[in-house]
Amino acid sequence: MNQVRKFDLTLFAACVAAFAALQGAIFTGIIGPFWELNIILICINIILAVSLNLINGYTGQFSIGHAGFMAVGAYTSAVITVKLGLPYELGLVVATIAAGFLGFLIGLPTLRLNGDYLAIATLGLGEIIRICILNIDYVGGASGLMGIPRLTTFAYVFWIMIAVIFFIKNFKNSAPGRCCLAIRENEIAADTMGINTTKYKVLAFTLGASFAGTAGALFSHYFFLAHPASFTFMRSFDILTMVVLGGLGSMTGSITGAILLTFISAFLSDFPEWRMIIYSVTMIILMLYRPQGLFGNKELSLKMFGLGGKENG
Amino acid sequence: MKRVNKLLSVLAAGVLFAGALAGCGGSKEAKGDVIKIGGCLEMTGGSASFGISSKNGIELALKNVNQKGVLGGKKVELVVADNKSEASEALNAMQKLISQDKVVAVIGPNLSSAAIASSAINNAGKVAAITPMGTNPDVTVNPENGKTREYNFRACFIDPFQGTVMANFAAKEMGFKRAAIMIDNTSDYSKGLATFFKENFLKNGCEVVAEEAYLQKDTDFKSTLTKIKSSNPDFIYVPGYYQEVGLIIKQAREIGLDIAVAGGDGWDSAKLPEIAGKEALNGTFFCNLYSPDDTSDLNKNFVAEYQKMFNTKPDVFAALAHDSTMAIVKGIEDAQSADPAKVAAAMAKIKDLQGVSGAITFDDKHNPIKSAVIIEHVDGKQTFKTKINP
Repeated sequence: MNQVRKFDLTLFAACVAAFAALQGAIFTGIIGPFWELNIILICINIILAVSLNLINGYTGQFSIGHAGFMAVGAYTSAVITVKLGLPYELGLVVATIAAGFLGFLIGLPTLRLNGDYLAIATLGLGEIIRICILNIDYVGGASGLMGIPRLTTFAYVFWIMIAVIFFIKNFKNSAPGRCCLAIRENEIAADTMGINTTKYKVLAFTLGASFAGTAGALFSHYFFLAHPASFTFMRSFDILTMVVLGGLGSMTGSITGAILLTFISAFLSDFPEWRMIIYSVTMIILMLYRPQGLFGNKELSLKMFGLGGKENG
Repeated sequence: MKRVNKLLSVLAAGVLFAGALAGCGGSKEAKGDVIKIGGCLEMTGGSASFGISSKNGIELALKNVNQKGVLGGKKVELVVADNKSEASEALNAMQKLISQDKVVAVIGPNLSSAAIASSAINNAGKVAAITPMGTNPDVTVNPENGKTREYNFRACFIDPFQGTVMANFAAKEMGFKRAAIMIDNTSDYSKGLATFFKENFLKNGCEVVAEEAYLQKDTDFKSTLTKIKSSNPDFIYVPGYYQEVGLIIKQAREIGLDIAVAGGDGWDSAKLPEIAGKEALNGTFFCNLYSPDDTSDLNKNFVAEYQKMFNTKPDVFAALAHDSTMAIVKGIEDAQSADPAKVAAAMAKIKDLQGVSGAITFDDKHNPIKSAVIIEHVDGKQTFKTKINP
């Protein structure tokens, strides 16, 4: 058994332990409904952050339309469970595929742009998706799609999150993943070396979009509704902030960012007048002193604490 | 140095996380002499003005209540949670108020979509939530089974009620006999009002001589208005939003159609006189939930105190949030208990509670049977005309 696989197995065992502990705490009521809700929200945000990190951090493409793909997933799954009465699992799968397919269609033309232009195109795209939904009466238009059953449980969210994290971690270490990293480092050099840059950019974009769709499905089936106002560009920015806060290109960074920001947001709901100020000041201080984010593009590992151990991932 | 930085940031993250975990633990036990009520309000986001006005209204109400206290001198305290004008955040805020702060009842959210989303939480927690301005019928009635949501109330009337009020007012008070109706075909709100107006206007023995439709963002209504003019009505009912209504009134006056025009609360905007012109607006009136010029003593005191406390005139959100607070306080007193479920049961039985926006009696769908106000435009200014009791 090689080093990487052994490490994966250890991590997996740690996940099982974490799951057992959290599920037990929820079951016995040590974690009340409010914190259960926020833990589930954290898991959903982690899925969104790591999938955006795949596009923005690993492949170096600046996309800010993630809320749009989340909306596609949320609505597709809701149509499947509420309107068609089919099982939730199918909804999750179709939501993932639908968002990924849309990501593919849109990625083909837009990924020829780069830098600021791509950012503007994806921002516009997210808004287009939202405005389209706003005008489709079948899914409730401006009043949103109501009456979605709460089918998302902690177990669903947790294991889907783990699956997404492992998938992206392994993707990064695979040949296509290395191509994506090469594109981030220098697109022209990557192209010269024979990497089909468009192909790998679209691949990363499609994967990122499809996981956002999964997150959207989990989201709408936890919060009872899919509403266009939940998927404005502010949500895209929230996700982007998580990624940048943790450090672009760092998976553990994205995870930490998602956890931190969700907790901060939950705490500050007591002080609505101060929320925006504290939130912004935190951002400014962080960007002044650590412009590369909490972890830069490094992964959190035991080595970081100077305790030795081999760096992985 | 680099290493120190790294360690510091890890440490900072760790401290924040630990703080968060500490917060998970024991919920704050309510002190014996304080009763907490929650405000799940729009403090930030697109509809922040709704939430801020509501909070002011609640604070004023509680200031008066706390002068003598409830249940033998206990103080009532407001805990506000920001719902960020968004449905999933409203659900989050509602959950926090109920499971962390252990509130007796909740005021809000104002947005119908947010109120419907969070209703699942407060019904599961058996805590009453009263929305000051959520006018969508589904807020208090579950559309899937048609049953009333046991723990949801509202302080405003639902949209169709306005149609009924205006029909009775036009027929009985103004003595109109022949109505023309112009419906905004893109809005459920407009269609609802028109249906109920027509039904009740006919009941009064009057007739509807013309029924025309338009679409939102239309700008030319002259041909429709000419058609209406030829059917010779004595007034036009336009239950739309101020943008189109302004143009309709302006163009009606331009073709010499100088009869009365009436509508619903979609007219309530400072923009209306700008669009229609002050002159053209004379002889137009609309039905609203509340007017700060209402002449009841209760309202006069409210407006005076509100202006003293917040330096501005109260709007409809402040008034209805005030009345929502009064309904909860009344519920606590009637139940003689701060147990959320008992308070909700007592609230459902509230009869004739005097509020600043009129008397409140909840019907079996938890909608208040309450009075509406008619506001007339005089030289571009909204003036209180009369209050209509149901």
